[in-house]
Parts: sequence; structure tokens; C-alpha cells
Amino acid sequence: MKFKDYYAVMGLARDATQQQIKQAYRKLARKYHPDVSKEADAEQQFKDVGEAYAVLQDPEKRAAYDQLGSGPKGGEEFRPPPDWGTGFEFSGAGPDGDVGGDSDFFEALFGQRGRAGARSSRNAAPADHHARVMVDLEASLQGATRVFSLRVPELDAQGRLVTVERQLNVKIPKGIRAGQQIRLAGQGFSAPGQSGAGDLYLEVGFQPHRLYRVDGSDLYLELPVAPWEAALGASVPVPTPGGTVQLKVPAGSHGGTTLRLKSRGIPSSPPGDLYAVLGIALPAADSDVAKSLYTQMAAALPFNPRAALGV
Amino acid sequence: MSSKIPSEVSGFLYTSETLLTLDEFSRVCAVERRQIIELVEEGVLTPVGAQLEEWRLPGDSLRRAQTAVRLQRDLGVNLAGVALAMELMDELERLRSLFGNHPFGRAGRMP
Repeated sequence: MKFKDYYAVMGLARDATQQQIKQAYRKLARKYHPDVSKEADAEQQFKDVGEAYAVLQDPEKRAAYDQLGSGPKGGEEFRPPPDWGTGFEFSGAGPDGDVGGDSDFFEALFGQRGRAGARSSRNAAPADHHARVMVDLEASLQGATRVFSLRVPELDAQGRLVTVERQLNVKIPKGIRAGQQIRLAGQGFSAPGQSGAGDLYLEVGFQPHRLYRVDGSDLYLELPVAPWEAALGASVPVPTPGGTVQLKVPAGSHGGTTLRLKSRGIPSSPPGDLYAVLGIALPAADSDVAKSLYTQMAAALPFNPRAALGV
Repeated sequence: MSSKIPSEVSGFLYTSETLLTLDEFSRVCAVERRQIIELVEEGVLTPVGAQLEEWRLPGDSLRRAQTAVRLQRDLGVNLAGVALAMELMDELERLRSLFGNHPFGRAGRMP
């Protein structure tokens, strides 16, 4: 187990005031909140910050944590001292019901007592569970089956709460959109003190796609065209989810011109559209022929690309 | 627990055409009735139907309700703040999906 420097996580000095701790938490929570942040590791960062804050905002836990000093140098293995925790009563709950959810370090220091009472709904009806999963866009375009690994809390033989990995093989409905939920009846996991399993709700998101950007059920494709194709008009091949189609580029098109291919987006109900956004690709002037053609254009065409700038 | 891949399960997909009563909606997104009513009053959620008993909420706004509640809980903002943040995030998401993350998007190649 590695020592966690909660002060470093929050970018604070060890003598920070409670007010500074709160401010730092608010700021980092906004930055890394998984619903707000687009950073790839936002969820983990948010958890780390939440864990650090749960300890530092609580004067009892903070005092106990401060006793450990700054931990072993160079990421050595950390073990709590044998007399750890004596004289401290960890009673407070964190800002959220799931503090330190999968942190061995937090668990070792504050144990189950340090956790909030979110899991205390004993003998309640089977609870529903929610999870977020990422799929490739193709799964929605064609419909597919995907395997997900979910981390699930379970009681082990000694009655301790542990996190186990559970695999689930799920049919992804064709035409699903990002943010939509799939209900898997009876696939929730039975939490401690509950009988039977509730439903599992999967919220689906898309991994970034090589060609398409997704907006609801519409897809956007950046389509490179040659200057003469845009200027004179042309019929060019376009890769769509259903295969390559020929698209008529009207004469006088320019970079940014958007052409709609109706119903060739995500096959939801109603189906989305595919938008091809033209980008002008310039041939390199890397041969005598190319140079000569550019020179001829420069000489023969009265063209000021900066006319709109007034220069 | 077996390490084999379990047999395939299929589920029910909530779409914009799935219309849910307040209680159904509350259960599916695990957000309290009271909070959903507040989100409707603030304009974060838009039900069909005038009276509370007649409300039908579309299945594709389940995520909105969850996001709103998480923002309130985790960031300490009030409902109006959540509503504003979500409108701006919607706009940002739309722009990102259209222009990617390039600071000028496609403007770099505009006519």
C-alpha cells in the first residue's frame, strides 16, 4: 500500500487553514467533477480529491493523519503504525456517501468507521444500481454485444466489504445514443443486508471515433476535398456507417460548407443524419508541375483572400 | 465467481419516446420525487402534461436529473446555479461535438 499525501493531492501546505482546505476542495471538485470535466482521468482525480477532503476537512481525522508525518520517501510501502488511531474517534461523515470507496489507504487508516452511513439501508428492498459504461460507436450503428467489467461491493467470508470485479455481457441496442440508459432487470447486485437483486441501469457513452463526431443522433464527418472539387463541383466518395456513398459537392463550395446525408447517422428512431463538413486540402507544391500551376494561378487570378480583413 | 464470460443479457432502452410518470422516473434515476419537482420548476427537466399527476418525463432526460443532483451535492451550488451550469455545459458539449477541441475549430479553414 502506498502512502497518500492528501495535502499534495489538494495542492495545499501542511499548515493550511480549514477555510483554505474548503476553498481548494471546491475549486478542484469543479475542475474534476466527472459531469463537468473532459479530462480522461477526471473520475479518479475527483475520487482522490474527495478522499483527501474527507480526511482534511474533519479536524479529528486530520489530526490523526498529521501524526503520520509526510510518509515514507520515494513511494515505499506504507503501513499504519501499531498504535495508529488510538485516542481518535472517527465519527464524522464525508461530503458524499462513498468517500474512499476503493482506496486501500483510506480503508487502512479509517476503516469502515470512517465511511459515511450510505450503506446502512439494512433490510431494505433490493436497491437499483447505476453504472456508466463506454462503448464504441459501431455498437450503436450496428447493434452489438459488449462485455463490461463492473466493480461491485460485496461481503467476503469474514463479513468485510470488499470490491470484486464482475463481468457482464450486454446486448447494446442498435441506435442507442450517448447518455441513454439500459435497464437490466434483476441484474443489480445484492448489497449487504438486502435480499435479492434490484435492477442495474447502464448509462452508455461513446468512445471517441476515428471518423465521426457525435451530436445526439447526428454524426459529423470532416471531408477533405481538393480545391478544384470545391470550386468546380464534383462527386466524391464518403465513408458512411452503412458503407461508401457518392456525394455531390456543389460548385462554389468552400471550407466549412456542410452537406447533409439524410438518415445516415445513428439508426435511432427517427434516424439521425450524417453531416459532411468540407475541408479544403491543398496539394503540396513539391514538383515542377505543381509549382508551375500555382504560379500560373497567382499570376492569372485577381484573388485577395484577405479582402474581408480590409488589407 | 466464474471467470468465464456470462451469457448475454439484454435490457430495456430508455429513449426520448419512453414517457415516464414522476414515480417511474424517480425510481429509474434514483433521484427523489421532491428533487425532480424542483428540477422541473427550475426548467432543468421538461415534462409533458400540465398537472403533476399527468406529468410524463422522457427517458432520455434521466441522465440530466442525475447530473443535476450530483452537481448540487458535490459542488455546493444551488438549483439556479445548477440550471445555469447545465445550460452552459449543453452548449459547450454541442460546440465540442461540432468543432472538436481545436481552439478555432474549423474556423482555421473558413472561407
